[in-house]
Amino acid sequence: MSTREFMLGNVAIARGIIEGGGQVIAGYPGTPSSEIIDTLASMEKRDFYVEWSVNEKVAFEVAAGAAIAGVRSVVTMKHVGLNVASDPLMTLSYMGVKGAMIIISADDPSCHSSQNEQDTRKYAQFALMPCFDPSTPQEAKDMIPDAFRLSNKFQTAAIFRPTTRISHGKSDVELGVIAEDRLQVKFEKIPERWIMMPKNARPRHPYVLQVYEDIRKEVEDSPWNQLELRTGSKIGIVASGIASVYAREAMKRMGLDSSFLKICAYPAPEGKITGMLQNADTVLVIEELEPVLEDEVRIMAQKHGIGTKVLGKSEGLVPRHGELNVDICMEAISKAFGLDAVPPAIPKVDLELPSRPPVLCPGCSHRAAFYVMKKVFGKDGIYPSDIGCYTLGVQSGAVDTTLCMGASITVSSGIYHAGEKHPICCSIGDSTFFHTGMNGLLNAVYNKADITVTIMDNRITAMTGHQPNPGMGRTAVGESTVAVSISDICRALGAEFVEEANPYDLASTEDVFRRARDHKGTSVVITRQPCVIDLRRSGVRKPAFSVDQEKCTGCKACVRFGCPATEFDNELKRARINNMCTGCGVCAQICKFEAIVEVKR
Amino acid sequence: MSSAGISFFDLLIAGVGGQGTILASDIIGKAAVKEGLPVMAAETHGMAQRGGSVVNHLRIGCEFGSLIPLKSADALLALEPSEALRYIEYLSDDGIVIVNTEPVLPVTVTSGVSSYPDIGEMIDYLEQKFTVKAFNAVQLAKAAGHVQSMNTVMIGAVSKYLPLSKDVLIECVRGSVPKKTVDINIKAFELGLLQA
Repeated sequence: MSTREFMLGNVAIARGIIEGGGQVIAGYPGTPSSEIIDTLASMEKRDFYVEWSVNEKVAFEVAAGAAIAGVRSVVTMKHVGLNVASDPLMTLSYMGVKGAMIIISADDPSCHSSQNEQDTRKYAQFALMPCFDPSTPQEAKDMIPDAFRLSNKFQTAAIFRPTTRISHGKSDVELGVIAEDRLQVKFEKIPERWIMMPKNARPRHPYVLQVYEDIRKEVEDSPWNQLELRTGSKIGIVASGIASVYAREAMKRMGLDSSFLKICAYPAPEGKITGMLQNADTVLVIEELEPVLEDEVRIMAQKHGIGTKVLGKSEGLVPRHGELNVDICMEAISKAFGLDAVPPAIPKVDLELPSRPPVLCPGCSHRAAFYVMKKVFGKDGIYPSDIGCYTLGVQSGAVDTTLCMGASITVSSGIYHAGEKHPICCSIGDSTFFHTGMNGLLNAVYNKADITVTIMDNRITAMTGHQPNPGMGRTAVGESTVAVSISDICRALGAEFVEEANPYDLASTEDVFRRARDHKGTSVVITRQPCVIDLRRSGVRKPAFSVDQEKCTGCKACVRFGCPATEFDNELKRARINNMCTGCGVCAQICKFEAIVEVKR
Repeated sequence: MSSAGISFFDLLIAGVGGQGTILASDIIGKAAVKEGLPVMAAETHGMAQRGGSVVNHLRIGCEFGSLIPLKSADALLALEPSEALRYIEYLSDDGIVIVNTEPVLPVTVTSGVSSYPDIGEMIDYLEQKFTVKAFNAVQLAKAAGHVQSMNTVMIGAVSKYLPLSKDVLIECVRGSVPKKTVDINIKAFELGLLQA
């Protein structure tokens, strides 16, 4: 019986958590990290606790509490989530843990599904924590038990940084043995460890600086760091994480047999790096995003007085932005060492291809809400937005800013207090409102920002793959719980105008938006309709609509609405509705000629 | 440059979010693992899945990274014709393109901002440089019993060129699609294979 399975990287990481005996796992959804908790929460039998928390700081602290109480915990998030959780991160560094804790922060070089690209390894250096940077899904799984071990041994949290190509890569993964042992929970009152008042914090700083160097020695012999010296070669390549597999393939394609140092566990091991430096005249460092390893290599060369030339991002050979690949590595290697590598001639496609941006789904209620919002607040209205599916409202012309989670309301406040006279109406989703939107609304109300806040409640955390949130009445594992009312929260935060609207009913939604706009002070409109994907999965089908060709005048009002189910036939000069129609009926309300009608079953 | 000595078979699967590219690469990947071959794959998740352009890399018999270098793919499986052209730079000079000719118009086209290239011109362009198998997989999927089996039609078509046995692939189709659609999908697979 083979134990190799074809697995998504995040599923492999979830398996690693099980093999390593994880006991408490918390996280907030974010591409490319979400499937780790999705996998654990959907298991039929579990001997661990798993939750979707309301944001990354909260999730981090839940996991930290568990690790302080003595068990093995994990927190998962995407890279920008670690910004939200950076407050507990920087002080947990001093406190350390008693059990074990892994902080999984999934990076997204090339911004496949993110608002920036940042390198979590920098946070690991800043927080003086070890960091794992896997090069394959197999390695990602295998590293997790080792990360638990290291965390427990040094009584510090360990950072684990997969990138999109690990988390959303798939590979055959050899399964390992599931750890039977569980750490005993016992909260011990140790004031000098758990109470970070100045008196206790001060001595912890030099202590963790020392521990960081001890970990550097420990990872010297880690299986994740491997040095292969070639005595006949005076050149060396040093690569980190996934860049190491690209670099190896590039070397093979180029027929290059040089010394090679792979680093996937940090802090970077001094012995292996100096070993490489002493054996090569020129070393090229290849890594995605920040020159974390490159800087370490340069520092060690100087510290040990080794004159080896170190090349990398400083010389512009390896880009500091975007993800790497074999082609980029081949070019960097050939430039660094003066080798001939002819880049393949790429045929230029002389046909012009239309761009294909992601769009809101056919029938998505956000589109209808944006349509009405735009009608009421006008083309001069200002529309700050947030992070979620509704960011795609940019195509409806109703998204003017997207900074970070929760920033729609706060940015609106700032624009208002700056003295902007045009009306301001922002949009934020249900999960994002629970995440950090609530603080922003409280602040807006308290400081009298005259803005309208639209909470687009589609009853799910949709963009990241349909995770539950506190508004839904069920937990990550499907247990029923209290369904928190968004309107009650808004009223409790002090908002005086709080109304709900059904965005599929354009006229009544318009009435609510008009009154919200005219209200002096912070007003809240909650547009509520379940996500169409979620609805379809639960088996709900509504009759589709079609265009009456006799009544259609070809005015394109429905087409401009931008639903993918509505098309324009250039030959007939008439609109038509394709088979993607979900039956929301919004285009029928937009049509002035009553040409769009429900298809009789 | 091909991937000889690095990967047995590099397959690029291009399409539009929602067409089933992930399931297609999942079925082929599972079949490869069943055959005892190492596999490295990269998928598009997240925002692009909302009707955007998506591309999956699948490297059968490969232990390096999941991303296929330029001009190295042995085959390009395009579930949408314009997406075949968008990723053509990955195909090796002696590679094969298997393309569904039924377009999915992006909103940039339906809203009148851009125009969609002539399908015949696109296929001609591909045929000038590569071996091309072009057919309407949506019609075949409908003939098999459901339009959603289009991705399985395409798996059937590419199966002829993969270093994998048909039986194992069909077994993986069977295990990956909803139970009540198994017969439709197996028929879809066979109809696709006839086009190869």
